[in-house]
Amino acid sequence: MLEVKNLHVSVGGRKILDGLNLTVKDGEVAAIMGPNGTGKSTLSYVIAGREDYEVEEGEVLLDGVNILEMDATERANAGVFLAFQYPLEIPGVATMTFLKAALNAQARAKGQGELQTPEFMKKVREAAQKLGVAQDMLKRPLNVGFSGGEKKRMEILQMALLQPKIGILDETDSGLDIDALRIVADGVNALRAQDRSFLVITHYQRLLDYIKPDTVHVMARGKIARTGGPELALELEKSGYAAFTGEAA
Amino acid sequence: MNKPILQRARTEAETALIERFDQGDRRLVGATDLRAAAMQRFADAGLPNRRVEAWHYTDLRGAMRTAALARAPDTATLPLARQCLAKPLAQTNAHRFVIFNGAYNEELSSDGAPPAGVTVSSLASALAVGDADVLDVLKADTPGTGDAIVALNTALMQDGVVIRVAPGAKVERPLAILNLMTGGFAQAAFLRSILIVGAGASIMLDEATAVCMPDATQANEALTVVVGDGARVDYAAQVAEQGANSVALHSLFVTMGANAQFNGFCLVPTAGLVRRQIFARLEGEHSTISLGGLSLLRGKEHSDTTLVIDHAVPNCVSREFFRHILDHEATGVFQGKVVVRQHAQKTDGGMKSQALVLGEDASMNNKPELEIFADDVVCGHGATVGQLDKNQIFYLQARGLSRGEAESLLLEAFANEALDLVADEAVRARFAGQTDDWLAHRSGR
Amino acid sequence: MAAVKETVDRVKAIDVDAYKYGFVTDIESEKAPKGLNEDIVRFISAKKNEPEWMTEWRLDAYRRWLTMDEPTWARVEYPKIDFQDLYYYAAPKSMAGPKSLDEVDPELLRTYEKLGIPLREQEILAGVQNSRVAVDAVFDSVSVATTFRAELAKAGVIFCPISEAVHSHPELVKKYLGSVVPVTDNYYATLNSAVFSDGSFVYIPPGVRCPMELSTYFRINERNTGQFERTLIIADAGSYVSYLEGCTAPQRDENQLHAAVVELIAHEDAEIKYSTVQNWFPGDAEGKGGIYNFVTKRGDCRGDRSKISWTQVETGSAITWKYPSCILRGDESRGEFYSIAISNGRQQVDSGTKMIHLGKNTTSRIISKGISAGRSNNTYRGQVSAHRKATGARNFTNCDSLLIGHDCGAHTVPYIESKNASAVFEHEATTSKISEDQLFYCTQRGLSEEEATALIVNGFVRDVLQQLPMEFAVEAQKLIAISLEGSVG
Repeated sequence: MLEVKNLHVSVGGRKILDGLNLTVKDGEVAAIMGPNGTGKSTLSYVIAGREDYEVEEGEVLLDGVNILEMDATERANAGVFLAFQYPLEIPGVATMTFLKAALNAQARAKGQGELQTPEFMKKVREAAQKLGVAQDMLKRPLNVGFSGGEKKRMEILQMALLQPKIGILDETDSGLDIDALRIVADGVNALRAQDRSFLVITHYQRLLDYIKPDTVHVMARGKIARTGGPELALELEKSGYAAFTGEAA
Repeated sequence: MNKPILQRARTEAETALIERFDQGDRRLVGATDLRAAAMQRFADAGLPNRRVEAWHYTDLRGAMRTAALARAPDTATLPLARQCLAKPLAQTNAHRFVIFNGAYNEELSSDGAPPAGVTVSSLASALAVGDADVLDVLKADTPGTGDAIVALNTALMQDGVVIRVAPGAKVERPLAILNLMTGGFAQAAFLRSILIVGAGASIMLDEATAVCMPDATQANEALTVVVGDGARVDYAAQVAEQGANSVALHSLFVTMGANAQFNGFCLVPTAGLVRRQIFARLEGEHSTISLGGLSLLRGKEHSDTTLVIDHAVPNCVSREFFRHILDHEATGVFQGKVVVRQHAQKTDGGMKSQALVLGEDASMNNKPELEIFADDVVCGHGATVGQLDKNQIFYLQARGLSRGEAESLLLEAFANEALDLVADEAVRARFAGQTDDWLAHRSGR
Repeated sequence: MAAVKETVDRVKAIDVDAYKYGFVTDIESEKAPKGLNEDIVRFISAKKNEPEWMTEWRLDAYRRWLTMDEPTWARVEYPKIDFQDLYYYAAPKSMAGPKSLDEVDPELLRTYEKLGIPLREQEILAGVQNSRVAVDAVFDSVSVATTFRAELAKAGVIFCPISEAVHSHPELVKKYLGSVVPVTDNYYATLNSAVFSDGSFVYIPPGVRCPMELSTYFRINERNTGQFERTLIIADAGSYVSYLEGCTAPQRDENQLHAAVVELIAHEDAEIKYSTVQNWFPGDAEGKGGIYNFVTKRGDCRGDRSKISWTQVETGSAITWKYPSCILRGDESRGEFYSIAISNGRQQVDSGTKMIHLGKNTTSRIISKGISAGRSNNTYRGQVSAHRKATGARNFTNCDSLLIGHDCGAHTVPYIESKNASAVFEHEATTSKISEDQLFYCTQRGLSEEEATALIVNGFVRDVLQQLPMEFAVEAQKLIAISLEGSVG
């Protein structure tokens, strides 16, 4: 599914990713954990195709195709979905309008016809209900005035509608209380499938209690420092990241 | 060190305008003294240029080298005018008054009597009989009296519509004033309309200026709105179909009684040079004025909105919200001044100007001013100039929209937030449609 | 409203006594004859023993001045100044050019002591070790003392009266004088160019961080005398200097003219921080007397990544006409303007800044806090412009005004001009009065209304006070309280 090979990335001359290698198999849920400032968010942005990152070396392959050549739109249409750590507020664009624009864009890219409005409305309403997203939120401008939890739920709602190949969750648990966390995690778990993988980026083990990972990678100083099973997350919870950052424990 | 004040040479346009007046035009009926005094003011000041503070960003003297001639009304072009009127210039259900080539035209105006409570006459006929109300309005010393363009309008006003709304009349059907010019060559029109709204009445007025065959036309229009105590006026204006070398000048005067409401909005979707000036005075307590606008400019278009809100009494609210989208080499100007007089305590004034600059060579000039002499007030203004937010574009792209689609969506949103101010749904839909057309043209859709 | 009533009463009670620097130094002085003509210009030049080129420079300015008109665009009103009824040069008689402080008239030293400006280095040293400030003291038309010069010289820093620099560093003066504020920039700057008498000259060599704060202290003492000082500060590549300016004048019934020019030049990677506490005599409550402060201050960020920061606390002067500006010429250069302008009595303030973005990725920041009380008028006038080539220009402006009492005015006149598609300008301005809720909250906690107001005003200006060097900030805070005395209820 997703292969990151020897990825070197810098921002404004500062090296952030330093030869990172990572493989996520079909249907796999991979967690990436690590201390703050180690490049976790950079990795998610580089995969999604944000500008201002200088890729010096390496490849990111999605089903064997290097997506680094594509712009953000093409990657999204190829099945990359990034659930943002800080979802953008877009004043003046009603959430419904936005969702329709996104769904139609991806449908067109796949050579499918645009959704009929009643069909679209039905899909959105169903997905919204599952995630506890109130109907009136859909009429409001996207993310404007939404609480932290509402914004994160809106991200998962979009993922549910867009049905990506790989969902990247960037610190989706940050700013969520326990109830919101459970709703978001249930939303993600419902989307788990043989042909869909997830990259769950998190600082804390907490989220992984709800979204059980198949593999856990520890990231430090711009690369994967260790890879293991779910038990690795528990171990980190006890011992912290000191062993990986080179600082005294 | 006293040096003689150098007498500036008059431009060709200035000379032509002054001569036209001096030679006497039999179409300039009535208000003789008023016209003469105004012409003198214009002759002293000349066409506004950058040295005139209120015209700092619009050099009319430079832009209007020659003065176009007023065109005599003719019947040959009426079919063309009818075609032109088929365009969405006002609500379809509006009772419309059409001024065609500088004269009120009954044939092109709506059939039948105006809505109940509304009486109408042409300005020319009102001036011919020396209508006292009309003369009072024209004589009133408003903040814009000193403006050279207003003086020119007063001196050369050809015609217009005088509308009176009876006290208490709740007029459901909108009214529209349409200024049509045949165009096809350089042509001028000097129009003055007056809307007097009685106490407790309410009315919606649409105003549009259009040229059938866009060319280097020159329009100098003025509208005075007198809002009586407890009255409400909704006003929507648009500039449409002007030639690239056209000049469209518009002065709006609003005076408000107590507990009154005025909501105004103007769409400038394309233009040569547009200057819209608003002079509003709040003369009665507990009144609210809200002014908004959206200018969508491309090419070398130039749009200037300059307004003065004079809070003369306590407890009033004023809101201004203007947005510009500037492509190519277009220039946007917003100058807004909120004056709060010494006794106008508890004034609540808020003004915002926001511009998106898309074109490399486009420019935006903002001058939001506060002039405050009362201490117990809350006034503020904000002005921003910038581009589309890169992060928002990325977010939309990450959801599959192309860059062009993302930009269009964000531009539409930016425009829609301004259009939200338009209270009337039909007008809002019409303006939104015109905005869509503009955006579609931009993205080559 | 009791508070308002009290405010009115207090404003009415404002007395000249409120100005604590209003004393006159009784000192014999030498003056040029009243009035202005080419001979007076030559007289001033001769007094300073100036070389020919300097005399010619002045005369050229004078001739140009004759062809100019006084600007009238500012929101200030004053009777027409009779420029022939002024003295353009006044110097304490004892001051033929003192070689050391021992030669300085003790009366003068006492004046500066009274003003809280110690001129003896040992006295300064006796104070807190870390707060040493080198001072150039300008009394009417001449510089009377410049402290710490030897120590500064060790670091290569030149800090001396400009009259001296004309002789000792003519190449620097020739190169930079008038290069930021051209001779014909404006009426007052041109006048200043013709008749400037003294002021400070600073040169910081490449890579040097000036070891202490530099400061000039201006004092107008003589009657009917204009003060026309000229300051020139050059920060060469990679250097840093912080400069402070203070001013006072005696209380006099007639108005006095102060028309200074300050030019700053920052080369590549250099930084100049210029702070002013302006406390010229503001006139009495009825608007009698006071200084006309018509000043041109401009900084040129000539080199890439250079930075100029203006901070001003304006409490004095009958009329202030002053727009410390930055020309952001170098790529990635930065300009800042932090201002507190307080007006009371009949004061008129028209002040602000210009940020002219010429280079790429230049940034600027404007924070202006205006407080009007009494029957004063306080205007912020500013310009931010990005030229075609100034890609990536950024500006943030915040102008807040506070009104105390209802006989005063607060005005905001910003000009925001963008000729560049990549410029991002943000401007916000508010005008309000002290919130009754805040006052109530404070008084409910036991503060008197006056204390509460002072507290709130200090909070209002905090962003700017933070920009001042520590010693100045404390001074400024006291000054704010004094300036508002009697106006807050």
